[in-house]
Amino acid sequence: MGTNRLHVLKGLDIDIESGSLVSIMGSSGSGKSTLLNILGILDDYDEGEYWLGDTLVDKNLSETEGARLRNRHIGFVFQSFNLLNFKTARENVALPLYYQKVPRKERAEIALEYLDQVGLAPWAEHYPNQLSGGQQQRVAIARALIGEPKVILADEPTGALDSKTSREVMEIFQKVNERGITTIIVTHEHDISKMTNHIIRLKDGVIENGLEHV
Amino acid sequence: MFDLDKWQEIFNSIGKHPMRTILTAFGVAWGIFMLVLLLGAGRGLHNGINHQFEGDALNSLWINPGRTSIPYAGLKEGRRIKLTNEDYDYILDQFDQAESLSGKYFLRGDKVVVYQDKSLSFSIQGVHEDGQVIESLEIRKGRFINQTDLEETRKVAVIGGFVERDLFEGEDPLGAQIVLDGASYKVVGVFHDPEGENTMRRIYLPVTTVQKVYSAHDALDQLVLDAGDLPIGAMNRLEEEITAGLKERKLIAPEDRRALRIFNMAEEYQNVLGLMRAINGIIWVVGIFSMIAGVIGVSNIMLIIVKDRTKEIGIRKAIGASPRSIIGMIFQESIFITTIAGYIGLTTGIFILWALNGVESEFFRNPEVNIWLAFSATLVLIFAGVLAGLLPAIQAARINPVTAIKSE
Repeated sequence: MGTNRLHVLKGLDIDIESGSLVSIMGSSGSGKSTLLNILGILDDYDEGEYWLGDTLVDKNLSETEGARLRNRHIGFVFQSFNLLNFKTARENVALPLYYQKVPRKERAEIALEYLDQVGLAPWAEHYPNQLSGGQQQRVAIARALIGEPKVILADEPTGALDSKTSREVMEIFQKVNERGITTIIVTHEHDISKMTNHIIRLKDGVIENGLEHV
Repeated sequence: MFDLDKWQEIFNSIGKHPMRTILTAFGVAWGIFMLVLLLGAGRGLHNGINHQFEGDALNSLWINPGRTSIPYAGLKEGRRIKLTNEDYDYILDQFDQAESLSGKYFLRGDKVVVYQDKSLSFSIQGVHEDGQVIESLEIRKGRFINQTDLEETRKVAVIGGFVERDLFEGEDPLGAQIVLDGASYKVVGVFHDPEGENTMRRIYLPVTTVQKVYSAHDALDQLVLDAGDLPIGAMNRLEEEITAGLKERKLIAPEDRRALRIFNMAEEYQNVLGLMRAINGIIWVVGIFSMIAGVIGVSNIMLIIVKDRTKEIGIRKAIGASPRSIIGMIFQESIFITTIAGYIGLTTGIFILWALNGVESEFFRNPEVNIWLAFSATLVLIFAGVLAGLLPAIQAARINPVTAIKSE
């Protein structure tokens, strides 16, 4: 958009290993959300290379191919949950499978399993506005997991939650990671990043620390 | 297109958003409904005016004698012109285009007609054989006046439907004797005129009989001819030629406009048809503009809907919806709503026209609409609505999901 180019990220070189639980920290404007969007194939980058597994993700990747990669390999969790309000918890969770052409009935069954994993099976037929913030985020996590992705990308997943609920949500992420799913969480809260295995600290678009063990 | 799962997803979306569904549907349905009503009203007007002309032959000339207004050939102005049997023969011999020709002789005012102990007043006209064609009369019983009646000046009568009803009250009139001014006439036929209260109260006699009984010699009050399918140009030429010929025979100045008063029904009808075309044109213009208004309304709603759904589109994209599936979703949803709504508007409009079908006033009767026309108009509106929704949908499918998600 526009002609003024803004260099948000400068010279990042990082290798996140499959199966790790990583948090990206930084103050606002440090470029952490931009990094996450690039990792999630929601945004383009100008220079360099991004390999998702064996696939080079660059500008030559078509929109449709990008959509397929997101659908099969990446699960998103957002700060503001981003559930569809006119769908029940179960329907929200099932939605990624719709785009994988899984039959409706099968979708509904699988969705219930994933809701059960986040402890929300009894709330399957509730609409998002009937759920608390923590419950909505757990629905969103179930939705991110249902496609059996390689990577979960979470953008400030606890930003809208109180500390107790935040801890519960983080415990879910830890459990997810134990299943071998690479989990990358953007946050500015130290309590949250302490619950991950590695921390990447971003400042003004530059990584300060390499891959820091917690 | 016939992926059941896709449709279930669409029905789910439609059912969960009743307000926007109703708004879109109403816009489309209303546009089509108004168009159908307008076209139907135009047709009704057309039918009504056509009906006005049904009573008489459309391609006819009605020649009435008047008074000269210009001195000519040594004769003073103000001279009364008389039509005679010779003029009738003249037109009969000289103008083959006149498929039907009748002289008419009117008895002044209504006449008392007596049948047994009943006497009622009716209007009486003497006509030739072709009077039937010229007045568009349907013979219901017996026959019309024929050549033999005319040649032998027979005392026969053909009576209108109302005459039969009022005078005979269910008795068979054929062969009955009715008395008019002391002379007795045999009823040989009953006619019906679909459009003509006055005509139905009339009794036709052979014109030669009337001339003889009322000592009119060979005088005629009017000459009427019908030219069948003659085109309007030829009809106007025929009018000019007959006028010129009669003026020559009657020693009338060619530029005298008052000596003969000629009413050209064909020309009159053409004028009315022209008026009808103008009215039809206006209806079309109004219809097209109301269609445009409908299209704009529907497009507007579609734009708002897509705007409304930007966040949803962003979320769907983030979890793996391809741009094509996004466009397909919006496309199918809008096509479904507009089609159903268009159909509802169409049927409601047609139903109302159908309910008005019995309506008969002087200038309006039996409104109807060309179903294919209404159908194609519906298609146009659906197409426009879908197109209007599709363009912003394509745009929405293109925008970055992160931007879309952040929009409120």
